[in-house]
Amino acid sequence: MSRWLRSFGAFWYDFVIGDDWRGAAVVAAALALTALLVHVAHVNAWWLLPVCVLAALGWSLRRATRSG
Amino acid sequence: MNSVALVLTVFVACAVEAVEALTIVMAAGLTREWRSTFQGMAVALAALAVVVAAVGPALTLFPLGVLRLVVGALLAVFGLQWLRKAILRASGYKDLHDEAGIYQRQVAAAQAASAGGRYGVRDWYAFTLSFKGVLLEGLEVVFIAITFGDNQGNLGLAALGAIAAVLAVAAVGVAARAPLARVPENTMKFAVGVMLTSFGTFWGAEGAGVSWPGHDAALLVVIPVIALACLGYTAVLRRARAAAALPTTVPVRSGEATR
Repeated sequence: MSRWLRSFGAFWYDFVIGDDWRGAAVVAAALALTALLVHVAHVNAWWLLPVCVLAALGWSLRRATRSG
Repeated sequence: MNSVALVLTVFVACAVEAVEALTIVMAAGLTREWRSTFQGMAVALAALAVVVAAVGPALTLFPLGVLRLVVGALLAVFGLQWLRKAILRASGYKDLHDEAGIYQRQVAAAQAASAGGRYGVRDWYAFTLSFKGVLLEGLEVVFIAITFGDNQGNLGLAALGAIAAVLAVAAVGVAARAPLARVPENTMKFAVGVMLTSFGTFWGAEGAGVSWPGHDAALLVVIPVIALACLGYTAVLRRARAAAALPTTVPVRSGEATR
């Protein structure tokens, strides 16, 4: 049962997160920061997520090409 | 504009996955047995239909803001995965998806596997190979179709795009009687990655509470900006790879060698 659960979890992790978890972490952090800026600081930070997404992609590509 | 983008994105994403599923189905059917292969495919399609029927309406129960935040985040993460692979392949850092090679490997494995049936299925290997291939490739399509359809409030249109792609790929596959090795899969993956990332970014930020300048028209800027940035990344990586392939020895000027 635990083996089945582990492989089930591994499948969904691979399905959603894929090869580089950092991209998912950056997207989650950027969304949290955007919500904070909008609701607490009242800044309409529409620009933050696109910038972070493109930066995350660049970072991920850099890591992939450096590691081989 | 959004409806056209919705159908096109789902259609292309679905076509890419259908091409990959077709390779597996062809390998199972041509080397093993067609009846069991079709049974596996039918059971997988039924399972996918159940997922759509259960998850699609359930998602509409969430408030639109929450749905856009969660789905936007997932689409952006998913899109980044597609873009990462497509850019690494386009710049030569990763091998291109080779349908012909994958087909040959599947055929070799299918020929080596033992025969035998179970639960009324004549060839269990062909059944499971086809079932797994269609289910796993189909899950990605279902995820994209449901999230796009629900966010746009038009699940029917998304389903139409998905079904049209499956039918188109199946028709071409039947006509060619071979895996579709000439499909520009990486270009399609790149385009889908751009759309997933763009819509994910747009909806995710909206879900977090931002108001986009120009509202939906902002997508007309977000999509090209992300596409151009990705083309830029590809060009930079191609140049870096080409530079790394050049001989690294620096020509020595006369006289320097003796110093």
